[in-house]
Amino acid sequence: MTNHWIDLKNADVILAMGGNPASNHPVSMKWIMRAKAKGAKLISVDPRFTQTSAKADLYAPLRSGTDIAFLGGMINYILENNLYFREYVVNYTNAAFLVNQDFRGPADLDGLYSGYNEAQRKYDKTTWSFQRDENGVALKDPTLEDPNCVFQLLKKQYARYTPETVSNITGTPLDKLQAVYELYGSTGKPDRVGTECYAMGWTQHTVGTQNIRAMAIIQLLLGNMGMPGGGVNALRGESNVQGSTDHGILFHILPGYNPVPNASLVDLATYIEKTTPKATEPGSVNWWSNRNKYITSYLKAIYGDAATAMNDFGYGWMPKLDVGQNCSWLNLFDNMLAGKFEGFFAWGQNPACSGANSNKTRTALSKLKWMVNVNLYDNETGSFWRGPGMNPADVQTEVFMLPCASSVEKEGSISNSGRWAQWRYKAVEPVGQSLPDADIINELYFRVKQLYQKEGGAYPDPVVNLFWDYGERDSAGKVKHVDIHAVAKHINGYYTQDVYDTSVEPPKLIGKKGDLVKSFGLLRADGSTSSGNWLYCNSYIQVDGKPVNMMARRGKTDATGLGLYPEWSWSWPVNRRVIYNRASVDLQGQPWDPKRPLLAWDATGKKWVGDVVDGGPPPMGQSGKLPFIMKPDGVASIFGPGLAEGPFPEHYEALECPLEENSMSSQRINPTIKIFGGDSDAFYSCDLRYPFVASTYRVTEHWQTGVMTRHCSWLLEMQPQNFCEISIELAKELGINNGDTVVVTSGRGEVQAIAMVSERFQPFKIANSTVHQVGLTWHFGWQFPEDGSGFDSANLLTPNVGDANTMIPESKAFMVNVRKA
Amino acid sequence: MGVSRRDFLKLSGGTVLIGTLGVNLDPAKVYAQELRIKNAKQSTTICPYCSVGCGIIVYTENGKVIQTEGDPDHPISEGTLCAKGSSLVQMANNDTRLGKPMYREPGGTAWKEVEWDWALDRIARLVKDSRDKSFKTVEKGFVVNRTEGIAHIGSAAMDNEECYLMQKLVRSWGLVWVEHQARI
Ligand code: SF4
Repeated sequence: MTNHWIDLKNADVILAMGGNPASNHPVSMKWIMRAKAKGAKLISVDPRFTQTSAKADLYAPLRSGTDIAFLGGMINYILENNLYFREYVVNYTNAAFLVNQDFRGPADLDGLYSGYNEAQRKYDKTTWSFQRDENGVALKDPTLEDPNCVFQLLKKQYARYTPETVSNITGTPLDKLQAVYELYGSTGKPDRVGTECYAMGWTQHTVGTQNIRAMAIIQLLLGNMGMPGGGVNALRGESNVQGSTDHGILFHILPGYNPVPNASLVDLATYIEKTTPKATEPGSVNWWSNRNKYITSYLKAIYGDAATAMNDFGYGWMPKLDVGQNCSWLNLFDNMLAGKFEGFFAWGQNPACSGANSNKTRTALSKLKWMVNVNLYDNETGSFWRGPGMNPADVQTEVFMLPCASSVEKEGSISNSGRWAQWRYKAVEPVGQSLPDADIINELYFRVKQLYQKEGGAYPDPVVNLFWDYGERDSAGKVKHVDIHAVAKHINGYYTQDVYDTSVEPPKLIGKKGDLVKSFGLLRADGSTSSGNWLYCNSYIQVDGKPVNMMARRGKTDATGLGLYPEWSWSWPVNRRVIYNRASVDLQGQPWDPKRPLLAWDATGKKWVGDVVDGGPPPMGQSGKLPFIMKPDGVASIFGPGLAEGPFPEHYEALECPLEENSMSSQRINPTIKIFGGDSDAFYSCDLRYPFVASTYRVTEHWQTGVMTRHCSWLLEMQPQNFCEISIELAKELGINNGDTVVVTSGRGEVQAIAMVSERFQPFKIANSTVHQVGLTWHFGWQFPEDGSGFDSANLLTPNVGDANTMIPESKAFMVNVRKA
Repeated sequence: MGVSRRDFLKLSGGTVLIGTLGVNLDPAKVYAQELRIKNAKQSTTICPYCSVGCGIIVYTENGKVIQTEGDPDHPISEGTLCAKGSSLVQMANNDTRLGKPMYREPGGTAWKEVEWDWALDRIARLVKDSRDKSFKTVEKGFVVNRTEGIAHIGSAAMDNEECYLMQKLVRSWGLVWVEHQARI
């Protein structure tokens, strides 16, 4: 989230689209309802009338996979009706920038942008660039009139998204479409703010990233980014998926969003040179210019004293990707199926039910030589060898199932969707012999290291040089139990030597060797500081020489009245509660809306008051410093050339869809997605065998694949089995009654479910024909309940095709059939 | 002004508060609840399910969780929880939780319980063997120093400190096939 949960109360309009907070983030609804109590309006846009829709002032249905058409129509509406916040758009976004004259967009090229290479399904992005002067400064037209400026190009592209065209694609009735546009468009005034809440309903599409981009563009046009009650808010699914992402358990990022090195970045200097964005705009703060400090401090945290300037701080020990290599989830299981891996850790995760195309995943597991599954409970992944269709005697995988402690049996922090890192205490000892994950990690670290020390082997250097001083050791040198506070402090970072400010005479001591670093502004690139994750620097600090765990704080002050609670836990970065908050003030540093004083420049005291300001300098009017400090150009990107499929979002149909044609252009699907071509990768569009659109979703009582909820009897009693929600019209057509057992099939598999015939799905009128949509939960699996009464995972049906940027699978729009069992 | 359940218990004057709360709490029931947690130790935690991050109080007695309930001091959840958070006590006390490491040999038809030491030594051996076999130092003329034969996923269900240690460990082994829930 750019903002945070309580901040929802500060909105005037809340758009829940791509998410269903009432069901999936239930307590967040408290803050939406509180906004409503003050007069705010809630809009729900969803293929199904959800629990959120039931509380909404305005509900609009749309066919799964057509969000860009819907939002593109909104961009058009905002521009046509001059509802945008001009001062914000001109000063805080790249709307005025002039784009390369050779750039062409979908309006010129029938759905494509200039530079498309069909054979590679990839763009040459040369023309997706700005016109710049000899110093590299972008040429601009603050009047927004130049036909090559971003604003005019935006206008040109979305002029095609007329209400009629949109409605014909999305199936949203015209009056609903207009009503949503009008209501949300009303937040373009400085004293009106709109926020957006999305979840997997936006990410799980082949155009997922562009769904979110479309909303970001709307929020920028309306001046809602950085505002209290505004932002684009990802309602993340897991209690700590924010933290696990921050800490880089992904193939492409290290902790703190530093890129994983690739083979062409041959040494640390090259890595820093090539991954540090260059700013040419005079007012750009370009925060990523600190990359050198963050990566060097990371390497110091990883290898400790073994990392020295002489050995490039151990950079050479880091594993490197090939240039362009993509090791993301769908590719990982594709490679596993091809027998490329001997070993596999499925740690605190149940891929046999959670990944798209579960049959492919389950077969892939059987190709492993060994697998380690760490969990609270047995599950479909650990027990894959005895699952449906498997003959255990034929499965040659050696499998370990290691019991881990639950959240109340250990201590540590987790980061919620609003970036608050909150501390949890240990209440009891772990069940049976189960161990905290940290201790299992510690044991494996030590034992593998010992083997390398005794026997040698392939390149032992990174294994034996790892810094691991995380607690008291036994006589063999093993850390007995991981001291979580020690880890938290190392994540924050230390001075590794006495550091002086040499700009004054005599030099002044900034930090003593062994002191915790107070904030990432103090991290250094010469090895004199360490920090496991620069974003968390400031989470565990020293006050009067004593360590203070900021994440464990329980202070309840709320000086702004906006619900920031700056003394409750700790929020990254540096306890900032709303990111991009510099955009919430005008050029003089005064809040756009005085009733929502998130931040203000105190001209007398020459300081900012309110939230922790995004970057220190005085207001833009005085310092010239631009507000979006993480962007090299200093302003937010309405034109965003970083993405694979285009600098603006364009509507494409889902890979599996009910339409032969995309009525926006002759590009039916996203031209840049990777399409897997193996035997287990079947995709069917407009195929009579699979005539209905389907989507997966969740219910309040269960969580993800259900491993942590199916075993709770109260929850299982409330939601005992998988169901398939079907409209009354479709049920009639198929002769299905409420409560019947049905079989749902796709090109990849089938799953049983109980039919839930409801009004919540209504058939869509699309291009003069009727399109039906159904939905299933993905909380169940064959392994528990043991009698199979819960049925199996809906991911047996979903397609293993991913978004062109993130490779997140398209689980929200695919094609199925439904029949009575 | 709202009155939290804990304030309520501190005051424990049932009848006086009925009017303030605007709900007719059955004093007998409240009294029973109070008895149940009377000698319990309290600690705070955060819900392990979704990312709202609601606060929960865990009541323990004799090393056992006897009750979990919403933390009224928590600024986001203000004492409320959804169905999942309300069931936390069932995760702490659950007969189907794994209590020992389990192992299935190649072609085996059943799990068998094994000792931690044995399992960890065996896994360490397998990691080393697969790493040694698949380690690539140079690819297309460039140093890559990576292990190609082992993949890892997980986990968003771990604490931050554990996530940090996890990525640190698997990268020290040279793994590049490293993913987790965020990709779904
Ligand atoms: S109690 Fe419910 S809403 Fe709150 S964090 Fe837990 S799962 Fe989310």
